[in-house]
Amino acid sequence: MTTDTEMAAILGFMPPFAREMGMTVDHMQGGLPVIAFDYGPHVMGRPGFLHGGAMSGLMEIAAIAALRVTVAAEEPAVRIKPVNITINFMRGGREARTYALGEVTRIGRRVANVEAKAWQDDPAKPIATVFMNFLLSSPKQV
Amino acid sequence: MPETPPESAEKPSGFDPSAFEGILSRLGHGGHLGMRYRAHGVGWVEMELPYAERLIGDVETGVIASGPIISLMDNATSLSVWTAIGEFRPQVTLDLRVDYMRPATPGKTVIGRGECYKVTRSMAFVRGIAHDGDADDPVAHVAGTFIRIDNFLG
Repeated sequence: MTTDTEMAAILGFMPPFAREMGMTVDHMQGGLPVIAFDYGPHVMGRPGFLHGGAMSGLMEIAAIAALRVTVAAEEPAVRIKPVNITINFMRGGREARTYALGEVTRIGRRVANVEAKAWQDDPAKPIATVFMNFLLSSPKQV
Repeated sequence: MPETPPESAEKPSGFDPSAFEGILSRLGHGGHLGMRYRAHGVGWVEMELPYAERLIGDVETGVIASGPIISLMDNATSLSVWTAIGEFRPQVTLDLRVDYMRPATPGKTVIGRGECYKVTRSMAFVRGIAHDGDADDPVAHVAGTFIRIDNFLG
């Protein structure tokens, strides 16, 4: 488990919401951060299961983090704005630590398409996946 | 036009989300975020999420993260299924799409209105909006589906 500082370095900031949910950078995989949180009442939906919104929030942060890391290489100052998110729920999340990893499918001039998945014990058995579209803008444009 | 009673005159739903939500919100994720029941009718439920610094996603602007809005709409649409059919029926979210129209205004409570517009034997189809005071100027639109399951507690 890594510190807030490392997460802040990756995201460009440490969102209070991510801290509130207990999210940390668990490890790096292929140059991209695996974000994780532990199970607890703060992420519980129906008793004994992870809340769909909580796992969505985790995957969204993983998607943003993956995009940040990817664009940072070329254009560190670029601004990213989420346009939409589509979440597919595949398995009930149980009382276990949950991981999420984003992957940038494509970065165009104005739009980035990013996917992320969440899993618990086995990365090959995702509990949920997301597709996100982001609008990209340069802060230099006025 | 055929005569139909106005929406406000319809009989109350057999399912009261205020009682149900009261239990779960104190224990789970919704309660942790500060989510509260607001209002309901047959086929719709409104929940609200008061502004809080710990929900912020963008520290520069103070705008709350979008994660809590997904959670708000997941809960509001889920409860709307039960007010539509008038009873509790075990279900899980199959999918949910959220379109972000604009950032929520810092300091304002976000209101999530979920509607269930069709229920079949296995599925429930939902939609909804999140706004921060003016329903005609939404923060987000959502659409999703819930699937009936046999055992809610797994």
